[in-house]
Amino acid sequence: MTALVELSGLQHRFGTAQALAGVEATIAAGQVTGLVGPDAAGKTTLLRLIAGLLRPTAGRVTVLGHDMAHAAAAAHPQIGYMPQRFGLYEDLSVAENLDLFADLHAMPQAIRAERIARLLSFTGLAPFTARLAGQLSGGMKQKLGLACALLSRPRLLLLDEPSVGVDPASRRELWAIVTAMLAEGRAEGMGVVWATAYLDEAARCDRVLLLHEGRLLADAPPATFLAPLQGRVFRMTVPQAGRRSIARAAARDPAVLDALVTGDTLRLVLREGAASPDPARLGGSALESVPPRFEDGFVARLAPSSAAPSSPAPTAAVSAVPASPPAITGEGPAIAVRDLVRRFGSFTAVDHVTFSVGRGEIFGLLGPNGAGKSTTFRMLCGLLRPSGGEARVAGRDLLLAPAAARARIGYMAQRFSLYAELSTRENLRFFARVYGLDRTAQSRAIAEALDRFDLSAIADAPSRDLPLGLKQRLALAAALLHRPEILFLDEPTSGVDPLTRRDFWTRIGLLAESGVTILVTSHFMDEAEYCDRIGIVSQGRLRALGTPAELRARVRSPDLPDPTLEDAFIALAA
Amino acid sequence: MSGTAMRLRGLVRKETKQILRDPSAILIAFLLPVVLLVVNGFGLSLDARDMRIAVVIEAPEETARGLLQAIDASPYLAAQPAPDFPAAEAALTAGRVRGILTVREDFVPRLRRDGAARGQAALAVNATDPNSARLLEGYVSGALSAWLVGEARERRRLPSGGIELAVRDWFNPELRSTAFIVPGVIAMVMTMTGTLLTALIVAREWERGTMEAMLASPAHMAELIAAKLACYFVLGMLSMAMAMALAVTVFDVPFRGSLGALGAAAALFLVFALGLGLFISTLARNQFVASQLAFLTTMMPAMMLSGMLFDIAAMPRWLQLVTFLAPARYLVSILQTLFLAGDIWPVLLPNLAGLGAAALAAIGLTLLVTRRRLD
Repeated sequence: MTALVELSGLQHRFGTAQALAGVEATIAAGQVTGLVGPDAAGKTTLLRLIAGLLRPTAGRVTVLGHDMAHAAAAAHPQIGYMPQRFGLYEDLSVAENLDLFADLHAMPQAIRAERIARLLSFTGLAPFTARLAGQLSGGMKQKLGLACALLSRPRLLLLDEPSVGVDPASRRELWAIVTAMLAEGRAEGMGVVWATAYLDEAARCDRVLLLHEGRLLADAPPATFLAPLQGRVFRMTVPQAGRRSIARAAARDPAVLDALVTGDTLRLVLREGAASPDPARLGGSALESVPPRFEDGFVARLAPSSAAPSSPAPTAAVSAVPASPPAITGEGPAIAVRDLVRRFGSFTAVDHVTFSVGRGEIFGLLGPNGAGKSTTFRMLCGLLRPSGGEARVAGRDLLLAPAAARARIGYMAQRFSLYAELSTRENLRFFARVYGLDRTAQSRAIAEALDRFDLSAIADAPSRDLPLGLKQRLALAAALLHRPEILFLDEPTSGVDPLTRRDFWTRIGLLAESGVTILVTSHFMDEAEYCDRIGIVSQGRLRALGTPAELRARVRSPDLPDPTLEDAFIALAA
Repeated sequence: MSGTAMRLRGLVRKETKQILRDPSAILIAFLLPVVLLVVNGFGLSLDARDMRIAVVIEAPEETARGLLQAIDASPYLAAQPAPDFPAAEAALTAGRVRGILTVREDFVPRLRRDGAARGQAALAVNATDPNSARLLEGYVSGALSAWLVGEARERRRLPSGGIELAVRDWFNPELRSTAFIVPGVIAMVMTMTGTLLTALIVAREWERGTMEAMLASPAHMAELIAAKLACYFVLGMLSMAMAMALAVTVFDVPFRGSLGALGAAAALFLVFALGLGLFISTLARNQFVASQLAFLTTMMPAMMLSGMLFDIAAMPRWLQLVTFLAPARYLVSILQTLFLAGDIWPVLLPNLAGLGAAALAAIGLTLLVTRRRLD
């Protein structure tokens, strides 16, 4: 197998921040190499270095024999690069964008028409050639970007998180297009680098470069990650009601590396050499061995090794201090949405959506970008007037009684709204004041938050310098200072590493048990697994409603005996 | 077709379509100059019109009344007869008039007498704003001279006595400051539109991630820059032509030079302004900062250091040297020459050379910084 890319001693810094620290790897032709890792792991920096868009601080990038620091131009005709942000001209049509890229690659007219026609039919964009790129759906935009990158039949195809925010069906189509083009180009020595934060995509790659905080944790076929976990992964049936506390207890068990609630079962990963525990002792029944997933392998690599006796499983790191119960008021469901409609001009963003969320329930609205989640969210927060129907939160219409009702709501945005220049404590104080806590209540709430969210050690550090996971914990602490009854979360854990995600959701689980109602919006299937119930939204409509287990059961068939939530989504959203 | 030609063709097509489809480029190129020209062309006029003065005529007579009419006839003055000096003084103090002209009792008899005697009049002026005071003095003595000449012609004899100073105002005989300011405003407008066009549009490419895709394509940086410059050059020249047409038609500024010289100056200046915009957008990479920088680096020097408002010869020596760094200075000088004087090559050539140097510097700087790509 020929090497397309060689990385040696590769380092990159932005100012004082070390984005990549000593990456050493070879990317081979003829396969899909997954560049896998959570946000801020260094994936984009590495891709840009390979594309010759950045010059390494130290080390070398060689693509097809060209040193990218000096001779990037010589390699560019053989590289197809698709940046993370849609790198096409929104005010040009589909055909004009493709034509531009054909011109840039100086493609002769003779082969141009044939290639463009083929890519258009392949991506399903043929009926939309005259449409402006800016008016395509998220999935179609990505397909157009892919078509432009593939147009020149590049030897090296670099894709920076092509599937983020895209609906699951398009996500699968993108993968199918890439693998088909690779099969065609394999003879000419083509290779693909696919960056992703989705661990299920990693499992499908031929080889995985696992990045974490700028370091290359592993460079191996995905099977290598799974091999040591064979026979160590089990599914345990647990009672619906107590499943979260059972998970927490299981995580503290010395034999357990990872305990994860998935629907009505508990996924257990055992430590190396540990004997399988007695399900009855853990509070469940029927222990069933299941094949390991890529995520298990990632967790196993990130988690403290079993050699350290005092280290509990990652999930157990959360102190089991119960959350201070909120002042629950009123009767009935915490959130009631009936026939909610919102139109923007002739476009209906939210189309007769009805659901209700009980107190202490974790409810997820799941759908791709542009499905109408944010619009629904804004109406629930009282920021947007519905065109029809009704949205009541804590028994009130937020549009009519805003101030009083908003005091009962906590909100955590996807990009945490923290002030980078303020320290942890200062951020907390600011939010306490914003919510109108009096002086003694402020001090008490801040002390409690620092303690409960394990933030005391970083109380005086500027939040700018905190790692992503701690920032997220701080944002959550800030959203909870005024003890809201209802907590809104907007894609809280998309793109974070699996350990941080587990830590976060364990805290959310504790909150729910103390009576706080949680509403999550996400396009991220993994987040849905943590919810008690989910609503699948697509094109403004609520397509299905139920527990994760119910939704999976609805699409179970002889062909698909063990469907994932993504399978359920694709089947139910259509 | 060679690779470069095909890439350039593709890039030029793309820019053209974007310009035609995106209202912001058209707005910057055509609406912004109109707004700036109208606001500055009318608002920045340094002429005071209809300045009110009180006229106290101590000995009312036919000649004195003729004098009153003569003052009123000046477009710059409005005469308001006052019964006596105290009444006029009250009006001056209250700000109702800008000055008081007192025509003495013996004004007419002395004027009529032969020999060295002259008619005597006194002018009191509100000199809070020295410039307006000086202007008012000029207008009043101008109006008086005009009247005197008319009187003399009527009586078929020359006014006698003293030295006759023959003043002729060249280039701008009407002494309209608009004729002087509008060419300056055009220079300012072109600096701003030229720089904003490229600064905003390229910053948007960085913001939307399209620049990243372009940089990873086989297109060379020089090709990307050449295509952008070519398209926005055409747009900028059209904008310039429109501003010139406005100057000649709406503001009635004479144009005495040749279109060739004007075209050369405009072309060189546009290359500088577009290049500066590219340079700014490469440094800023977001539209907000780019527009702020474009305003700061173009508007200030164009207004303060170009000689458009403030005479460069009147500045301290060191500041005069600084003005050579503001390319608007060369353009203002060229435009004022072409509009009011004509093709005076000894003035035009050094200024054209200055513009050429500025254009080269802007393009050179842009090529230098963009070669470093994303980092």
